[in-house]
Amino acid sequence: MSKKNATSIKNQVAIVGVGESEIGRVPHMSGLGLNAQAAKRALDESGLKPSDIDGVLTAYSFTEPYFMLGSVLCEYLGIQPRFNASLIAGGASPAVMLKHAAEAIVSGQAETILVCAGENRATGQSRDAAVASLMAVGHPYFEQPYGTSIPGFYAMIAQRHMHVYGTTREQMAEVAVNTRAHALLHPNAHMKKPLTLEEVLAAKPIADPLGMLDCCLISDAGGAFIVTSAERAQDLKAKPIYLQGIGEFHTHEHLMCAPSLTEFGATESGRIAYAMAGLGPQDIDVAELYDCFTIVPIIELEELGFCKPGEGGAFFAEGHARIGGRLPVNTHGGMLSHAHAGAAGGLFGMVEAVRQLRGGLGERQVQGAEVALVHNEGGILSSHCTAILANAKG
Amino acid sequence: MDATPQLPKPVANADSQPYWAAARERRLLIRRCSACQQLHFMPRYLCPHCWSDQLEWVDSKGAGVVHSFTIIRRAPIATFAGNAPYVVVMVELDEGPRMITNLVGDDALQVAIGDRVSVAFEDRGDGDLLPQFQRSSA
Ligand SMILES: [Zn+2]
Repeated sequence: MSKKNATSIKNQVAIVGVGESEIGRVPHMSGLGLNAQAAKRALDESGLKPSDIDGVLTAYSFTEPYFMLGSVLCEYLGIQPRFNASLIAGGASPAVMLKHAAEAIVSGQAETILVCAGENRATGQSRDAAVASLMAVGHPYFEQPYGTSIPGFYAMIAQRHMHVYGTTREQMAEVAVNTRAHALLHPNAHMKKPLTLEEVLAAKPIADPLGMLDCCLISDAGGAFIVTSAERAQDLKAKPIYLQGIGEFHTHEHLMCAPSLTEFGATESGRIAYAMAGLGPQDIDVAELYDCFTIVPIIELEELGFCKPGEGGAFFAEGHARIGGRLPVNTHGGMLSHAHAGAAGGLFGMVEAVRQLRGGLGERQVQGAEVALVHNEGGILSSHCTAILANAKG
Repeated sequence: MDATPQLPKPVANADSQPYWAAARERRLLIRRCSACQQLHFMPRYLCPHCWSDQLEWVDSKGAGVVHSFTIIRRAPIATFAGNAPYVVVMVELDEGPRMITNLVGDDALQVAIGDRVSVAFEDRGDGDLLPQFQRSSA
């Protein structure tokens, strides 16, 4: 059954517009305003009109007190769609929304879908509130009474990876250095100063082995992309970027129930996406990997088949993830240096993949990029979705 | 251990009431499925392995090994700030299930993966006890 669904999506939809809002500390805009700005920029790029949008998907917001965020956003944008939902899979939401959008378009429920997410997470709430709301990811009865934190859960994963594979603190720090070098090439990235390995290692400790600079940013930011049928995409303003494969996999929510601390769902979500695309890791030119903490893209590189288990740290340390390297990773700066604002964090990986595949990014351009992989994960490496995009039908 | 009433107290619901009641008697309970005999930690209505609703509570020996850990340097909320640095561990019980807990005791910060640990109960006020772990004396 899944095989039939899988082949039915390939080459059938395209992303025809991407947008990002002002990023960083943006106190003059509301969370919904950031979403709207990103949506407007994505729509302008595609050349479509607001009335062409007949489906809207969004995720969640920690900063604004809305329950039905999907219809709230449509109301704010003045859109009355025939397909709408707010989808909550944590950081995995953007790629999962792309999958739902593609399925809706292929099955005729909508033709052109706006996927949008963002929050004023830096200025729309106090820093204490931001940190406290992140603690709510721990199980309320069996984890939170122990003072658990999101960095703490990822730190336990990092500690286990170090124990099993010999991954080092320095290798994790190299992930932050790598992503910052790329952010400096991006005109809209939150972080604009160079970063050295020594600075990452000397940063304020948060949860051993993770320091402050191993943790993603807290930004005000909104991101958006427009998905439409491959047919409709042909005569639009922007070069269409085709969805060739997509897969999701979910293994747990709370870390205490994770089947393993070294094997997660990215292997399976990647396997499904590769199978649909008829491609493998060797065919990927650029990868935008979820990087809420430095250990995460190391694990994703391994699970998605770009290196063997235990070799992800060395991959970063040896420079293979740099633009110009074997597989450039997080060419926009990732959530560690470009932006992180709720579900918008992983959505910017999608935005960057589309831009890389269109080409023309100057110094930031991965030369000859034709196929990109985007991986989003949510929870504590709980929910995974892998998307493979290409600048031509496969 | 001293009472630390400012820290969160256990919250029982219909799934977990026997677990927390046993904790007040310094007993650590885990769930066993009567159909497939598998054990699990987080209590629920049915067995996550076979969906049988025939479950029983069994006493854990309260011994296990540190599967992983972190030392929290920056507490997530103010109520834990006075405790930092403190140790959060994933303990694999000898019976198999894993749980998240704190490592307590004077030598907690010297924690390493593979350390043998045993259950200790922390007073959270009004007779509420929270299962915690400490390094086992060799
Ligand atoms: Zn069972």
